[in-house]
Amino acid sequence: MTTPDAIDARGLCRRYGRRWALVDVTFRVAPGASVMLAGRNGSGKSTLLRLLATAIRPDRGTASVLGHDLVAGREAVRRSTALLAHASYLYEALTALENLRIAARFLGRETSRAALLPLLAEVELAERADDAVATFSAGMRKRLALARALLQEGRVVLLDEPYGELDPPGFRLVDRLFGVFKAQGSTVLMATHLLDRGAALCDEGIVLEGGRLRWHGPARDLPARGGLDPASLPEGVA
Amino acid sequence: MRELAAALAKEWLLQRRALAQLLAVLVFGATALLLFSFAVGPNYELLRGVAPGFLWLALLLSSTLTLAESFQAEMEHRALEGQLLLPASPAALYYAKALANWLQLTLLGVALVPLMVALYDATLPRPLALVAVIALGAAGLSAPGTLYAAMTHQARSRQTLLPLLLFPLVVPVLIAAVKATSLLMLGDPMAQIRSWILLLLAFDAIHWSLCGLLFGRVAEE
Repeated sequence: MTTPDAIDARGLCRRYGRRWALVDVTFRVAPGASVMLAGRNGSGKSTLLRLLATAIRPDRGTASVLGHDLVAGREAVRRSTALLAHASYLYEALTALENLRIAARFLGRETSRAALLPLLAEVELAERADDAVATFSAGMRKRLALARALLQEGRVVLLDEPYGELDPPGFRLVDRLFGVFKAQGSTVLMATHLLDRGAALCDEGIVLEGGRLRWHGPARDLPARGGLDPASLPEGVA
Repeated sequence: MRELAAALAKEWLLQRRALAQLLAVLVFGATALLLFSFAVGPNYELLRGVAPGFLWLALLLSSTLTLAESFQAEMEHRALEGQLLLPASPAALYYAKALANWLQLTLLGVALVPLMVALYDATLPRPLALVAVIALGAAGLSAPGTLYAAMTHQARSRQTLLPLLLFPLVVPVLIAAVKATSLLMLGDPMAQIRSWILLLLAFDAIHWSLCGLLFGRVAEE
């Protein structure tokens, strides 16, 4: 019996109104691999990650995560994925600890302060555990969202612009957490504009342009092919 | 059951931080009752007759504020989507939210009763039975109201859309609750209250079952 691909996307299409955000996207990712998603704003990176997390449905095409179909096996996909999205999924009025506690309860995890504080310490927010999220800066919210994603212990981790809004220590934090996900054996897809950083962390790279997959190959080759602007890749590079 | 307990715990946390909102809705309901009494004038016999209707109208109008606000925190940073992806059961999320709304509306209704007694010179021969009627009527408002609030929250004109959708649907609740309240306050020589209570129970049973099933389709994209 063969191990299913961590991600197997075939002809994925998705549109918002009359505009196609993803067109015929096909790729496979092996279990434990890490993939950088690159592309300009509006190229379809976030849409692809949201599709794989089952936050939205494909209009055409199919995909499976760890062998579970995105539509038919939605619950199984959700149990095995963790998404760090653009939206923080946090409650402004609640404290950092309360926000984590809500997620922990749904996941059936330990909800005590002692169990959750180490997670907050991991993202350097332990001292702000009892402060309302409304008082947090954008970077601190991102850190808390990262802690929430850590709590999920997903076998497939989907990170949408994890460096966004973070300060330089925050960048190093994301790099470290990326290592934690990899050490857990998780498959990681990370959308980022920081190509050098992404290439240093990831095994593979995918470039999207106008919703289409333009390039898929070893991540180390990506920055070398056209510098830091993946949209400048020549047509047909693969 | 674990997921329902988790969703209820979440609602408890959110409601504890929303006391100012509860107070604002109470003031709104009290103001509505006060303005209705001005419209009738100082005719105590007439005021006593219309008091049950105005109590429920005030509660109905206030309910649109409570229901619309109940999804504000859920949609602000897509917290509801975040829970669905954990994954949390849509039914658990719905029932916890509907129960929280029901409790708020019941408390609001009960809080408005003393004001109604004062403003409309009403009598309360069976106060506990009135609380039960308010609880049943509030359940009839909160079950479909929670579903419609989730449906309309993303809409630009949600403050208009929610009452437009909700009010026609809850007409049976309004009629049954007003009738039952009138019979409790003004007397029930023909023992009619049972049929109105049964109507409320039937409406509640249907909508609490149906809306729980439909919420997944509404909450998911």
